[in-house]
Amino acid sequence: MYDPTVARLTYRALLGRRRALILGALPLLLIIIAVAVRGLVGADDQTAADVLGGLALATMVPIIGVIAGTGAIGPEIDDGSVVYLLSKPLKRPTIIYTKLIVAIGVTMAFSAVPTFIAGLILNGNGQQVAVAYTVAALVASIAYAALFLLLGTVSRHAVVFGLVYALVWEALFGSLVPGARTLSVQQWALAVGHKVTDGDLVTSDVSLTTATVLLIAVTALATWYAGQKLRTLTPTGDE
Amino acid sequence: MTTLNIDHVSRWFGNVVAVNDITMTIGPGVTGLLGPNGAGKSTLINMMGGFLAPSTGTVTLDGQPVWRNEQIYKHIGIVPEREAMYDFLTGREFVVANAELHGLGAKAAGRALATVEMEYAQDRKISTYSKGMRQRVKMASALVHDPSLLLLDEPFNGMDPRQRMQLMDLLRRMGAEGRTVLFSSHILEEVEQLASHIEVVVAGRHAASGDFRRIRRLMTDRPHRYLVRSSDDRALAAALIADPSTSGIEVDLAEGALRIQAVDFGRFTALLPRVARDHGIRLLTVSPSDESLESVFSYLVAA
Repeated sequence: MYDPTVARLTYRALLGRRRALILGALPLLLIIIAVAVRGLVGADDQTAADVLGGLALATMVPIIGVIAGTGAIGPEIDDGSVVYLLSKPLKRPTIIYTKLIVAIGVTMAFSAVPTFIAGLILNGNGQQVAVAYTVAALVASIAYAALFLLLGTVSRHAVVFGLVYALVWEALFGSLVPGARTLSVQQWALAVGHKVTDGDLVTSDVSLTTATVLLIAVTALATWYAGQKLRTLTPTGDE
Repeated sequence: MTTLNIDHVSRWFGNVVAVNDITMTIGPGVTGLLGPNGAGKSTLINMMGGFLAPSTGTVTLDGQPVWRNEQIYKHIGIVPEREAMYDFLTGREFVVANAELHGLGAKAAGRALATVEMEYAQDRKISTYSKGMRQRVKMASALVHDPSLLLLDEPFNGMDPRQRMQLMDLLRRMGAEGRTVLFSSHILEEVEQLASHIEVVVAGRHAASGDFRRIRRLMTDRPHRYLVRSSDDRALAAALIADPSTSGIEVDLAEGALRIQAVDFGRFTALLPRVARDHGIRLLTVSPSDESLESVFSYLVAA
């Protein structure tokens, strides 16, 4: 199911110079903000939860997910080089599964790790806030990577759609409109994070059971469908 | 022996028919798929390579379906038209990755790079390669698993004459080794120089198949043009026009030659030397002035 060569090609494409800069910029920004907030207001649990919830989980994690998820396959489909993977005796779902693993790994590394560091800076993991948001970021990374990998497989404008989803749906509607929250990866991840801390600082509108079921279903369905799409993908020509 | 069978294949995109009921068999040796831009060559090659489902009909390789059959790629090597190919890798890394995806190792990659004579630049990044070098590395990636069928989409596009000659030599060698090699082109002289067999596609239809000179001769209802110089052009012209195989003769004073239009190829070629001998005329030049693929092609397009 997992092909190391496909993984190597995907890693190297994802962590190429320009994309790595974008991937690195957001976490850096988060940490800078964390340092600034700590300096200005001192260690405060509520502030820490606000920064990690509003900035890290609601904005940074989905954007990193968009870059890693769509970037794991979108550029190859756009420029046609995916033909070198498709013209091999390799099951198409294997290609998707491998790229998913890589996208998850990259999203986790560039979102969950800086979230944890920022949490430590903000309040030294008081009330388990840093751990809770890190767990939420880890869980969200999986679902985002799967969703955006599918988006990268089906659409040429995956990054645009992905960013619209991440910023408009997750950051805006997901935070403001109650109904939209049930269908928000962010809320599902928060439900898992809430379970870890069992405190009041990390809360979700969705029950843990619903969140878990939806997380697994979305990840599995998106991955399966991306594999199916890849089976009938026609690499484009120059004509 | 590897044979690619295209059986009553059509492909349409919405209301546009890109490939219209094409049936052809591609056997060992070098075959040229010829047609103007937009004739449906790429669509056809995509179906041959298993990247596009025919709307109707089937494509099989030695009886095995090509569509939705990943295992078929053990036997097929593909050289796509597009340039993009993991530019951040070196040539060697790229070919090794292709070998690994076939379950092979660095040894097979090395062999393929040697075949295309790219060992000297194998450790440079692909992004620094010229068009010809890219083409050769693409060839290496397609040859790495020693496939019996090689599909190349417009392989000579943008290559300089020397690179073109090298690639032609390589493809000839592949054909002589008994591989089935199919390449597409819209350039007539490429196909003429390389392919022993051609398939002509015009506007999505299969316009002709076979040796190009034979195709030309089969089209006996089309006039054949010859440029003839002799010791007595006017006497020769008078004698030739008496025969029904000749439909028109022009005395080209500037060239100092006759431009003859023949309607019956076989009869005319027998007639010309006989008439010359009977009238004591020496033939100095006899050259078919339109035996190039260009003219074959324009007839086919017009037909």
